[in-house]
Amino acid sequence: MASSARTKRVVIEPVTRVEGHGKVTILLDENDEVRQARLHIVEFRGFERFIQGRPFWELPVLVQRLCGICPVSHHLCAAKAVDGIIGVDTLTPTADKMRRLMHYGQIFQSHALHFFHLASPDLLFGFDAEPAKRNIIALAAENRDLARQGILMRRYGQEIIKATAGKKVHGTGAIPGGINKNLTLAERDALLPELDQMKAWAREAIDLARGYTEDHLDLVTDFASFDSNHLGLVTPAGGLELYDGDLRAIDADGAVIFDHVENDRYLEYLGEEVRSWSYMKFPFIRSIGPEEGWYRVGPLARVNLCDRIDTPEAEAARRDFKAMTGGRPNHDSMAYHWARMVETMHAIEMIERLLNDPDLQGTDLVVSGERRDEAVGIIEAPRGTLFHHYRVDENDQVTMANLIVSTTSNNEPMNRAVEAVARKYLNKREITEGLLNHVEVAIRAYDPCLSCATHALGQMPLRVDLLDHEERLISRVEREAG
Amino acid sequence: MNAPITITIDGVEVPATPGQTILEAADAAGIYIPRLCYRPGLEPYGGCRVCMVHVAGRACAACTQPVSPNMVVENDTGELQEQRKMIIEMLFVEGNHFCMFCEKSGNCELQALAYRFGITAPRFDLFFPKRDVDASHPEILIDHNRCILCAGCVRASRDLDGKSIFHFTGRGPDRRIAVNAEAQLAATDADVTDRALDVCPVGALLRKREGYRTPVGQRPYDQAPIGSNDQPEEA
Repeated sequence: MASSARTKRVVIEPVTRVEGHGKVTILLDENDEVRQARLHIVEFRGFERFIQGRPFWELPVLVQRLCGICPVSHHLCAAKAVDGIIGVDTLTPTADKMRRLMHYGQIFQSHALHFFHLASPDLLFGFDAEPAKRNIIALAAENRDLARQGILMRRYGQEIIKATAGKKVHGTGAIPGGINKNLTLAERDALLPELDQMKAWAREAIDLARGYTEDHLDLVTDFASFDSNHLGLVTPAGGLELYDGDLRAIDADGAVIFDHVENDRYLEYLGEEVRSWSYMKFPFIRSIGPEEGWYRVGPLARVNLCDRIDTPEAEAARRDFKAMTGGRPNHDSMAYHWARMVETMHAIEMIERLLNDPDLQGTDLVVSGERRDEAVGIIEAPRGTLFHHYRVDENDQVTMANLIVSTTSNNEPMNRAVEAVARKYLNKREITEGLLNHVEVAIRAYDPCLSCATHALGQMPLRVDLLDHEERLISRVEREAG
Repeated sequence: MNAPITITIDGVEVPATPGQTILEAADAAGIYIPRLCYRPGLEPYGGCRVCMVHVAGRACAACTQPVSPNMVVENDTGELQEQRKMIIEMLFVEGNHFCMFCEKSGNCELQALAYRFGITAPRFDLFFPKRDVDASHPEILIDHNRCILCAGCVRASRDLDGKSIFHFTGRGPDRRIAVNAEAQLAATDADVTDRALDVCPVGALLRKREGYRTPVGQRPYDQAPIGSNDQPEEA
């Protein structure tokens, strides 16, 4: 087999502890060197199609069903787009702040879930620890406090979501032009007592992520590290903005590619490429082109590209983060974890600010404007920039939907990460447990939501296949999820 | 003629008035008989069969059957409750009922009955029928996916609004609500103030752009399960 092969392909499945599931294929050349790695998304894509014909006001509640992990992101992103459909560009202070509170609660719980439940076993037990050990159960056995913190931080975020959306998962708070409830004093007072504890734990989590990076600097800077562009929202002053900003993109050296691009002009700046082996599209920055125009999104990109963070502790943490790379953007996949904890601090600081804001008890909840037939909503979901773009006919029915989810933008970076890991750890023509573990760790750093990324109907376990240049399978490792 | 009489429902003696239906007498006595197409103030229709009771061993719809002296009614029996549950389940699989994003969720009688009967998943195969949405009217939407053919809008439009905008067309599995125009609702004299819009027990006939305004937790059936006004829920 070897003599006839010019390129070979290695495949990794299932990527456990990723939200959703994936399949990885590693292609070899005739010299058994890694030519390319592909993270396949093979599930059926349906949402953009089957919401056609539905009345537009259903969108925030309907489209959030894409995901059970960060439905709030879709809920709010669709709501922002639907605001545009009914001609609303500015919400009442109460509505805007209620939505922001919901969003920061979402960021807080999602980041806590990922860091404590999914990622921390990799960091604490090492990439090569046996899979049975690299999970939350083992974490709870060995470091009970850490596991408990993760659970309680997630719960706190979920309680904020419930207070703003009515339910912890798949609520209905945001409606076209506003919000359907304010925050009662009783709801506020139930959330305030735990705030200081949450901030303290967020502080500890930053120390943990930073300490890990400093203690493992050689590994972190060498593991799935590669230059890329970065994309995210910023405030008018260039600060970190997670709910409602304009688009900024920077290159690998931090130079601005575009800045302050209004949401509804995203298509002028970003394109999407389709590739035959994945149902997930590949977005790119138009001015650079599909080959080199790919970019990272999510915590790493956001902390890289913002000029400041408008809350003190997160800003201090951001400066520490930037100091690590001397001000140049950080390109280490593993740095996502630290950046994610910087944002977690920002989220809890914003929650504190909002809970103490009397606007949340306001009663002016909804505004309306002059109807439009097309609108775009963009939000920074926990996993990165999320785009919802809709067209609606004169009968109020959706005629077109385009959704670019965070994991779609991180599609190419994840492929590059897997490729980098495969080049370093693939032992010729066989997939080892060690390689599988390293591929998992690299993918997990991006906190991909694969079911969301394909708007999936179904489940996708992770498998890694190694294929030769004629695409013949020469090695396969599969692992059950869990 | 109108002298009070007495009937018995599940062994309990209940006062009734000649001319009342079993369901009216039960409601007056605070006994809940599950129902779906019944609407106070509208002519009884007897279409959904959820209110079926046994009188002298014979099945009849409580919403249409008049009371008679010394009538013995069986309502809360295992057999009848199972039949009602099955009817609810059949209604769910026959249409496209996606509670998870329906704006009527929490205020839908079909959903509320499913909760009451402990239906967590249908035991029958889903039909996934192909049905359309009539959004032609600027203020009113008909979503045929969710229509359970209860005739509430037919009766209310005819008897309360005096318009007769809605009627049935087709037979058997092809039966559906139609409007009194060549094409769609926009061509009728339907108005957003029509009382017919208030009687739909599900999310089939809606005022546009009003969905989701009531927060989760404050919707009618979030506060009290269906039937609980008439009869306390069993623990």
